[in-house]
Amino acid sequence: MEISGSEILVRCLQEEGVEFVFGYPGGAVLEIYDAIFRQTAFKHVLVRHEQAAVHAADAYSRSSDKVGVALVTSGPGATNALTGIATAYMDSIPLVVISGQVGTSAIGLDAFQEVDMVGCSRPIVKHNFLVKDVRDLAETIKKAFYIASTGRPGPVVIDIPKDVSILKTEYKYPESVTIRSYSPPTKGHPGQIKKAIQLIAEGKRPFLYVGGGAIQGRAAKEVTELATILGIPVTNTLMGLGAIDGTHPSFVGMLGMHGTYEANLAMQYCDVLIAVGARFDDRVISVPNHFLSNPKKIIHIDVDPSSIAKRVKVDIPIVGDVKHVLTDMIAHLRESGLRPNPAALDAWWNQVNEWRKPNSLLYTPSTEVIKPQHVIQTLWDVTGGNAIVTSDVGQHQMWAAQYYKFRRPKQWINSGGLGTMGFGLPAAMGAQLANPDAQVACVTGEGSIQMNIQELSTCKQYHTPVKVLSLNNRYLGMVRQWQEFFYGTRYSESYMDALPDFVKVAEAYGHVGFKVENPADVEPVLKEAFSAKLKERLVFIDFRTDQTENVFPMVQNGRGLNQMDLPPHMAGMQQSPFENNRDYGNLS
Amino acid sequence: MNMRHILSILIENEAGALSRVTGLFSARGYNIDSLTVQTTEDPTLSRMTIVTHGSDEVIEQITKQLNKLIEVVKVIDLNESDHIERELMLIKVRATGKDREEMKRMADIFRGRIIDVTEKTYTIELTGPGEKLDAFIKGLDSTVILETVRTGASGIGRGERILKI
Repeated sequence: MEISGSEILVRCLQEEGVEFVFGYPGGAVLEIYDAIFRQTAFKHVLVRHEQAAVHAADAYSRSSDKVGVALVTSGPGATNALTGIATAYMDSIPLVVISGQVGTSAIGLDAFQEVDMVGCSRPIVKHNFLVKDVRDLAETIKKAFYIASTGRPGPVVIDIPKDVSILKTEYKYPESVTIRSYSPPTKGHPGQIKKAIQLIAEGKRPFLYVGGGAIQGRAAKEVTELATILGIPVTNTLMGLGAIDGTHPSFVGMLGMHGTYEANLAMQYCDVLIAVGARFDDRVISVPNHFLSNPKKIIHIDVDPSSIAKRVKVDIPIVGDVKHVLTDMIAHLRESGLRPNPAALDAWWNQVNEWRKPNSLLYTPSTEVIKPQHVIQTLWDVTGGNAIVTSDVGQHQMWAAQYYKFRRPKQWINSGGLGTMGFGLPAAMGAQLANPDAQVACVTGEGSIQMNIQELSTCKQYHTPVKVLSLNNRYLGMVRQWQEFFYGTRYSESYMDALPDFVKVAEAYGHVGFKVENPADVEPVLKEAFSAKLKERLVFIDFRTDQTENVFPMVQNGRGLNQMDLPPHMAGMQQSPFENNRDYGNLS
Repeated sequence: MNMRHILSILIENEAGALSRVTGLFSARGYNIDSLTVQTTEDPTLSRMTIVTHGSDEVIEQITKQLNKLIEVVKVIDLNESDHIERELMLIKVRATGKDREEMKRMADIFRGRIIDVTEKTYTIELTGPGEKLDAFIKGLDSTVILETVRTGASGIGRGERILKI
């Protein structure tokens, strides 16, 4: 029997086990929406802006093991989705984004709501398709899900002209698909793995640096096992948080621009670095030459060969799925019994522990004004460290990353690569839908939240009882911090004037709102927000926080990891190995 | 350091595939000195030759990024071993008076062929490595050149070195 393109799309999404489609209707997708109306296999979530549809689908994927799906109309619907697509692309999140397009005969004629979506999205997708013939539709959808979810994951756009959604053809969903030009790597080269183990065993100061690839590659268990067998210190990038339990004794905190003293110095002074699913980006290692000025051997494991040797040269590249590679490494370690020299490792740990002692995340508590760090720590206590936390972008994001000790992968959801303000709330919504029984907190600020605040309406409609913690310091905090440090305190356009009454905003959308100004109220209010009484409700908490608080440590642009701006209690502290460890060789 | 490289690419013969390649070069700030493309004996595949330049690191990244494109089947850097490259030029020159004989002689020396003749002009077809075409242009008095059109280089490995699926 022949069915329409729209019905084919719906059937294909069912075949892929799609639970939720996040979208917004419009002229070019009316046929598709009609087909959605006539089915019950998946639920459609009507967002209030297409950007939010993509963020929600993205976080749905980040907090589960599934591909996120978004559906938007042509023209403005498609362009509104672009920020969401770029966000997912930068963080390698598997998405299938379906956009409507004007009819094939109108393409190129500047038709109403026409935009070249394949062209617009080309630089920010893993791949995209324009389906010109309904007979290609089913196979294209199969390919899209396959490409999105394999290898280094990423968003795939399928642009469907209106006539293709109407025309009928015989439907058959392909059981499998092969693309001759696409074969994602799986196992790493055994010879390289052997060499890597040998190098680690020869290392005196080995260090494990784990990024988002370990989260997307579902390799958290293997990361923890490797760290435990080797007994070496571990850091996570912003995207890698949760790959090892934040309370694990080997974990030295996040590294990078706002990394801990111990993580950044260990990164700078290690002699063998094992990089797992991480890409040495500018926010992590800052300047490559400075990073390499203390000599180190680098083992780099990544599924994407282009991530290897992009910013730093490596000694042992291992291209492969991180889970496979780590499993093989662990097996080889077990068989061979090779381990780093225990005495050397002890000395290295002594050094790392010395760096830990001053606690670079210490801040000055206050009984007068709410410290943002205190809010995050209290959130951890109240949720037992178990909540899924989404964030927006800025100071609050860094504090959430630093102070919420993530216990497991897929618990921390933020826009790391693109740094998209407005991500947090729709992300919380998507994460809650993927995890209906989980506690979901959105850590945001008064700047970011207003970039997608309309999604409070969607949250009401779909009963997603997320808890929004807005760290409201009346500034675009990270912009203000940079202006304080680098622009002579000229706070150009970083003050958020004319803020709304957020409690009333929350209430107007049908939610519960609290305003908290007194540090003593932080804990009771958070407890109430997460209490059984409000379990079914979205709670918006407007924390009035210290306006002048800065994020420390900080590695300024152009400086090295051992040239941090340290918090006041560590001012002037040396950023090198201590006296008894001066045998590190060429220290600069 | 900033070496000239000639890359050969097998790519699916699909709409939009070329723009993915050129988009990649512009988005990542790589250079394209020339680019040629045409379908192969297998109509589902196109073969592209891109002449670019950059440091070894940049060329390595270009190769990896090209391989990452879903439609790219294979990429080789022809510079890695012996190869041949050819470029075609059509050059229209003024052929009047004493220049008429001179143009014919120049074309012969460079093994070019005059493929269009009018009272006042010759159009010469010339094939060879890029330097040969450059030399031909240099060898002429610039005032006699009316227009030139060049294809950019096509390259192929020598002997048994074959780029195929």
